[in-house]
Amino acid sequence: MEQNNDGNLSQVRHVVLVLSGKGGVGKSTITTELALALRHADKKVGILDIDLCGPSIPRMLNVGRTEVHQCDSGWVPVYTDAQKSLALMSIGFLLEDPDEAVVWRGPKKTALIGQFVSDVAWGELDVLLVDTPPGTSDEHMAVLENLKKHRVDGAILVTTPQAVSTGDVRREITFCKKTGVRILGIVENMSGFVCPHCSECSNIFSKGGGEELAKLTGSVFLGSVPLDPLLSASLEEGKDFTQSFPDSTTFNSISRICQTLLKSLETD
Amino acid sequence: NKMIPHGEQAGKSASCQGCPNQNLCASGATKAPDPAIAEIGEKLSSVKHKILVLSGKGGVGKSTFSAHLAHALASDSTKEVALLDVDICGPSIPRIMGLEGEQVHQSGSGWSPVYVDDNLAVMSIGFLLSSPDDAVIWRGPKKNGMIKQFLKDVDWGELDYLIVDTPPGTSDEHLSIVQYLSSTPVDGAVIITTPQEVSLQDVRKEIRFCQKVKLPIIGVVENMSGFVCPKCKNTSQIFPPSSGGAEKMCRDLNLPLLGKVPLDPRIAQSCDEGKSFLNQVPDSPAAKVYQNVVQSIQDYCLNRATEVQSAT
Repeated sequence: MEQNNDGNLSQVRHVVLVLSGKGGVGKSTITTELALALRHADKKVGILDIDLCGPSIPRMLNVGRTEVHQCDSGWVPVYTDAQKSLALMSIGFLLEDPDEAVVWRGPKKTALIGQFVSDVAWGELDVLLVDTPPGTSDEHMAVLENLKKHRVDGAILVTTPQAVSTGDVRREITFCKKTGVRILGIVENMSGFVCPHCSECSNIFSKGGGEELAKLTGSVFLGSVPLDPLLSASLEEGKDFTQSFPDSTTFNSISRICQTLLKSLETD
Repeated sequence: NKMIPHGEQAGKSASCQGCPNQNLCASGATKAPDPAIAEIGEKLSSVKHKILVLSGKGGVGKSTFSAHLAHALASDSTKEVALLDVDICGPSIPRIMGLEGEQVHQSGSGWSPVYVDDNLAVMSIGFLLSSPDDAVIWRGPKKNGMIKQFLKDVDWGELDYLIVDTPPGTSDEHLSIVQYLSSTPVDGAVIITTPQEVSLQDVRKEIRFCQKVKLPIIGVVENMSGFVCPKCKNTSQIFPPSSGGAEKMCRDLNLPLLGKVPLDPRIAQSCDEGKSFLNQVPDSPAAKVYQNVVQSIQDYCLNRATEVQSAT
């Protein structure tokens, strides 16, 4: 297995971390939607979900109760469809009981993340997105340590507009600077709610924080995604938002962010 | 869960080879009790009620709720209230309580918490950081050490209520807080969620955690429970309760649902400005639900105290 350390990632062209610092801003949502948008743009995509306590990816892509199989090079990722266009790995697939709590201290989490990075047979991927839990702790350090042998293109930071959120994301930006992770840009999620009945826009989680944060820290502002009950419902059911609502403002925002991301990955 | 050895196999399995923690796990040293636990028990014997605010899911409003619970309990000037923030990586409490930039002072009797009012004290790692950009990039053991210090070395004085705000998850911080509080009575945990299944699936794990460590659950609060448009007054379920929301989960798990708090942009605003939403907009539907929830928690704590008294 040792020799396969870069072996399993050798055909992965780009690795992008999705970070925040703050919980509940939409890291898993943005990871899922970017993955679907990238697939929509004919890219082969993988998602590595290293949130061991609260793995959201399996449900968001409707692949809850699936077993993980082994092959010669390690674990076979779970594919969302027969075409194998979207590959996933999450602790969610390893739990027999979905309500089972993973009550692990740091070292145990670090060990499993090491395995997730080295022992999953990703095969050929254009982009591997890494969904992370909030914070700047064991999981984040573990994934970077283990990805050292392979390149990390950079990180997307997700925030909501309010100061309580950007306050934490500033610290995550420091984490990126200290660990040498390039900041690909900032995404502002939950950026306003347009009432479906009267079209009035309400800034439920305040306004403008994402752009301000980008300016303050000299980062690229990738774009904002509005609060959209249709998106929330789609994620609840594990549906493909890009198929169900291709003309929505939400999808347009996500699409633009995806295009900007691809450009910056490809020009590097 | 056959991938990682645990229990009797900890440190002894073939896959443990090369793990930096191998010797520690195999020696069983991880099972020896920490003398600090008894010290903390002693130190916190002057705290009448301890309430943990947990979730499992991030961003559901734990810190918002903890802060407002603290404000509400402290509105009775005869009560001494303290709020301890053990979210080491993402400490939101200083901002929400309007205490950004405050620093902690040392005295003969330990660290002094930061006071919002005469009867409302706060402690957070936020007060130990010199810049808003400082990142706390710590692994589990160092985080645990900080939590131990917060419980052992802060001069809380006599308290009616100690509220502990936690980060999302079921990991070091949660295990540590439960462990370090194990020789002092804890009234229970308030579990915060939002209506969607994506939240509930994490919250159910937190509830399992509470059951595993025998932490009583006071009840569940469902935040972000619908949004009433200020213009047309229609309700939108921005975070849809597609699997029945907290109501169904509470029914299934036989837990009290303490309240459903609607989304209100003024809540986020108050938190950003470090003001109490309960003071700013006391007549809003959200504030009214909060007040009811606080009342339920107070009643629970008083009932427990009565039960304990009549048992002894």
